[in-house]
Amino acid sequence: MGSSPEQSILRVRDLVVGFGDQTVLDGVSLDVYRGEILGVVGASGGGKSVLMRTIIGLIHKWRGSITVFDKDLDRASPEEIRAVERRWGILFQQGALFSSLTAQENVQFPMCEHLDLSKALLEEVAAAKLEMVGISPGDGRKLPAELSGGMVKRVALARALALDPEIVFLDEPTSGLDPIAAGEFDSLIGTLQQTLGLTVFMVTHDLDSLHTVCNRIIALADRKVVAAGPVAAMLACEHPWVKAYFRGKRSRDISGTSATTH
Amino acid sequence: MAPELIFKDGNAGEPLQLIASGSWTAAHAASLEEKIAAIKFEAPGSRRLDIDIAGIGELDTFGAWLLERLSRACIAHGYDARLVEVSGRFRGLLDEMHACSRDKPPLVKQNPILAKLEGLGVAATEFGQDLVRLIDLVGRLCSAIALTFRHPSRFRFASTIHHLDRAGWQALPIIFLITLLIGAIIAQQGIFHFRKFGAGDYAVDLIGILVLRELGVLIVAIMVAGRSGSSYTAELGSMKMREEIDALRTMGLDPVEVLMLPRIVALVCAMPILTFFGSMCALYGGGLVAWLYGGMSPPIYIARLKEVVTVTHFEVGMIKSPFMALVIGLVACSEGLQVAGSAESLGLKTTASVVKSIFLVIVMDGFFAIFFASIGM
Repeated sequence: MGSSPEQSILRVRDLVVGFGDQTVLDGVSLDVYRGEILGVVGASGGGKSVLMRTIIGLIHKWRGSITVFDKDLDRASPEEIRAVERRWGILFQQGALFSSLTAQENVQFPMCEHLDLSKALLEEVAAAKLEMVGISPGDGRKLPAELSGGMVKRVALARALALDPEIVFLDEPTSGLDPIAAGEFDSLIGTLQQTLGLTVFMVTHDLDSLHTVCNRIIALADRKVVAAGPVAAMLACEHPWVKAYFRGKRSRDISGTSATTH
Repeated sequence: MAPELIFKDGNAGEPLQLIASGSWTAAHAASLEEKIAAIKFEAPGSRRLDIDIAGIGELDTFGAWLLERLSRACIAHGYDARLVEVSGRFRGLLDEMHACSRDKPPLVKQNPILAKLEGLGVAATEFGQDLVRLIDLVGRLCSAIALTFRHPSRFRFASTIHHLDRAGWQALPIIFLITLLIGAIIAQQGIFHFRKFGAGDYAVDLIGILVLRELGVLIVAIMVAGRSGSSYTAELGSMKMREEIDALRTMGLDPVEVLMLPRIVALVCAMPILTFFGSMCALYGGGLVAWLYGGMSPPIYIARLKEVVTVTHFEVGMIKSPFMALVIGLVACSEGLQVAGSAESLGLKTTASVVKSIFLVIVMDGFFAIFFASIGM
């Protein structure tokens, strides 16, 4: 995937993050290339979400460097960081929709704050984005509390895409969804990635997602990146955790079926 | 590159042309919108109109939507419009936009007078439902109390003590301060105005009776409603939001018994104590002002208080206080249980809890006044 030579849109080098005297990530380095869907896997509590939250600046790192769109976030001025923030979108695990705004207002909110557009255009584009993720205009007028879990995720994805970002960070996008809804969400991500030319950084636990939509996978274990590459590389990896994850009991059926379908 | 939109009228028989070029992105959306609005369509004919987008270098959802809107506007004007020279990389996005918002749900417009009337009706039924809910809650609380009497071991003693500490002990400093100031202010005003009639000493009567019968308990009730009532509502409300109350229910536990009873019992116990200390403090503050401002020495102040104040006055204030605590606790809990999913509703219900409980406390105080007057207390 992506144009060759592959262009790195996000570069993390020797990242060390911890809380108190506990190190969560110890020397993590990774690249995200333009136009790919990268899946990040790791044990629960293994630092996947911490990695994502550190990249997007919600957690302070101890050491290391993070470069997004060729901007070192440590050396960037506040305006430059704001400019970078406009070019990424984030889908939080629980959706993090503003509960006092309707679904459509949630999508409109970042546009309203960052762009100087007429109200009619804002509303139309927000409605169009909601339609792209499969939310009908009628549901767009509902409050987040009135939406189902899957719809909340879709609205949150539409909000993450509100400013037409170049890269979206998804924190466990399919967790809490039934397998059918999760599958639909995966294919939605795939479609949007193609129509919008997105780069996707996806933290996930879902083996199906990894097999169906991810171009490349990064496995975190023992506070480090232990394997990187496509599913085949994961299956070949001899690290005990990766082996247990991709060749364990639960994954056997999926890799079996995906081997026949691919 | 700045976006452009050029209108080109070909010869008769040839299609009209709109030539779009540049960056059709969010950053330029405002100027693009103006350019689209500036296009003057001539007499509606069924002519062909080609929107040539070969020159577009950058396109995002905003630009794609504007193109789609443009072509829809052209079609609405009777032109046979289509996008031409669409490059492959924009195809998916444009198709996606083309499929969007075909059927807009009609906006429901309401008659403003009817809407006002509807609001009034909703508020009235809401008020009625509120009352029913409160009575329902009293019933559930009574049954929980009855159950607790039959099985005293089920009473949550530790929780009650914890809430007693929070609503009672920790409230003491602020109650001391507020009531001291209120007592001092009444004394100052009383002395200042009564002096004009040469009746400055009667300010002590004013302080003693007013504080013990009415003000002590009212000030404390308002403080408790603002301090503990609001926190009860917020606590129960956020528990409701996070399904903790449903979790309790599924474990076979009654939220009324587990969450509300300890809180309300704690409040009912704490309130008379706070009222007592609050009243004493107000009397002390009044005495201080009488001494420093009115020149009345403390022994005389106390002697006058003894003459004026009877145990009845004290009793009237103290009898009222647990009932007020009950009302505050009930309103706080019932509002907390009505919180819906949003942060906004939590805020609304917390406000409603404080406003309603203060209102009810004052209404109840009025009824008590009538009652005590008619039994001669």
